[in-house]
Amino acid sequence: MSWMEYLNAFWVGGAICAVCQVLIDRTKLTPARILVGLVVTGVVLQAFGLYQPVVDYAGAGATVPLLGFGYSLAKGVAKAVAESGLLGVFTGGVTGAAGGIAAAIVFGCLFALLAKPKSRS
Amino acid sequence: MKLDKQSYQRLLEQKSPPSPLARDCAKAFLFGGLICTVGEAVSNFWQWRGLDTTDTAAATAITMVFLGALLTCLHIYEKLAKHAGAGTLVPITGFANAIVSPAMEFKSEGLILGVGAKLFAIAGPVLVYGISASVVYGLFLVFLGGGGGA
Repeated sequence: MSWMEYLNAFWVGGAICAVCQVLIDRTKLTPARILVGLVVTGVVLQAFGLYQPVVDYAGAGATVPLLGFGYSLAKGVAKAVAESGLLGVFTGGVTGAAGGIAAAIVFGCLFALLAKPKSRS
Repeated sequence: MKLDKQSYQRLLEQKSPPSPLARDCAKAFLFGGLICTVGEAVSNFWQWRGLDTTDTAAATAITMVFLGALLTCLHIYEKLAKHAGAGTLVPITGFANAIVSPAMEFKSEGLILGVGAKLFAIAGPVLVYGISASVVYGLFLVFLGGGGGA
């Protein structure tokens, strides 16, 4: 644990966000398309073995951006296919990202119910 | 003072405010970087609690989703997002925000078709294409064997 890992997380995570900002400003891609694009890109990058080095270097700088969600899907599939073959094709992705998916659904629902309606001012 | 074309251009570039793109990017970089730095601290916390690499990653994702949903619920995330743009959209906290805010907005339409359905307004497409992509990758691994990754 050192300040270098925080610096790496900061600049790599920041750089990924800055690239997406360029896409938003220049191409008028909607936020939904950006998020879908990031997850699929994460899967593809990891499929070619390109994202693991980024994760090793930047830690949360690579796993916290939504690319990291695709990375865990791909990593889960690779692990499950190695263990159980064809069945793993279907079980691996969701297993790899299970924590994030369940948390998103449960906390999403909970906090949506707790939220006060927005006061329009 | 007489200026030729080139020095005028140079002066213009110096004096004019940074373009919206440059300013947006700087903000996205700063906010996105800060959220990832928080993620690194969260990750270190779980590691310190004794979780292994895989569990640490899952626990960090869960914690960040929790924080994103909480800040959305308190109407704080939208204020940050106004400045940060992609800086608050791209991290997984932004994914949580994209799940909670439509659900909040359509609460009046009931628990099932309001909250329940709108939770997936953006999460739906993300999961559909994310999981599909992972299945395609898995099929490649099964039928072609090996491949990169993991």
